[in-house]
Amino acid sequence: METISKNIQAIPLNHYILLCSIIFSIGVIGVLIRRNAIVIFMSVELMLNSVNLLLTAFSVYRGDATGQVFVFFIMALAAAEVAIGLAIIVMIYRNTNSIDINVLNRLKW
Amino acid sequence: MSTFYFIAFLSIFFSILVISAKNPVHSILYLVLTFFTFTIHYILMNAQFLAVVNFIVYMGAILVLFLYTLMLINLNKESEPRKSGLIKLAAVVGGGCFLTTIIAALKAFKISQPVMLQDPNLGLVKNLGKILFNEYLLPFEVSSILLLSAMVGAVLLATKDPKTT
Repeated sequence: METISKNIQAIPLNHYILLCSIIFSIGVIGVLIRRNAIVIFMSVELMLNSVNLLLTAFSVYRGDATGQVFVFFIMALAAAEVAIGLAIIVMIYRNTNSIDINVLNRLKW
Repeated sequence: MSTFYFIAFLSIFFSILVISAKNPVHSILYLVLTFFTFTIHYILMNAQFLAVVNFIVYMGAILVLFLYTLMLINLNKESEPRKSGLIKLAAVVGGGCFLTTIIAALKAFKISQPVMLQDPNLGLVKNLGKILFNEYLLPFEVSSILLLSAMVGAVLLATKDPKTT
């Protein structure tokens, strides 16, 4: 454990911010370029996880455990969100026989 | 120190593979690998509780749920729908603009103190449990109600009722 805590001591906070923003923008690009609803949902999970990682990095940086408690609540929320979202996707598939989001244009205009 | 950069490279690499894999099953498996590298990040920051929760909840529960849904929705018979090249280019440019904005804001901040672990037992289960059950007891209980309602809602949405449909 000593070696692990020594391991992170030389990493600037900027590099954590950079890593998390890169992964967040990969998630944004994934939402924009895919048409499969499940892959879009997975990109949303990627964004959520990058924010979790950044929140933990700030929590360690400040020495405040509140950030990690917040990450725990976000994870509980993500579990609920995934259950509801996948149920909605299954229902969409049952009604339209496809999970292509271009089919779902009835709410347009 | 170099462990962090290696794992960070792996996270970015696998997350690019998640959005670029043609088969959705491969995409989910790459997402599992991405979340595994995130777990290693948590361990490197000595946030052991979050590492275990990430491992169990995300890799164990959520991604298995994704795979199970993909099994229910049989996608393998037709090929994956693709967007046209122009829309893809526009999406990549948009995401790149977003990233550039954040990096530019980061340059303006000029904070580059290293992430120090002042308290070695910050992210341990004992410390987090004390905080969770002293200061955040009410949100904890409310989140249990949230999970219950989400479970009921998922069952209600996913079951086929002949009277309502």
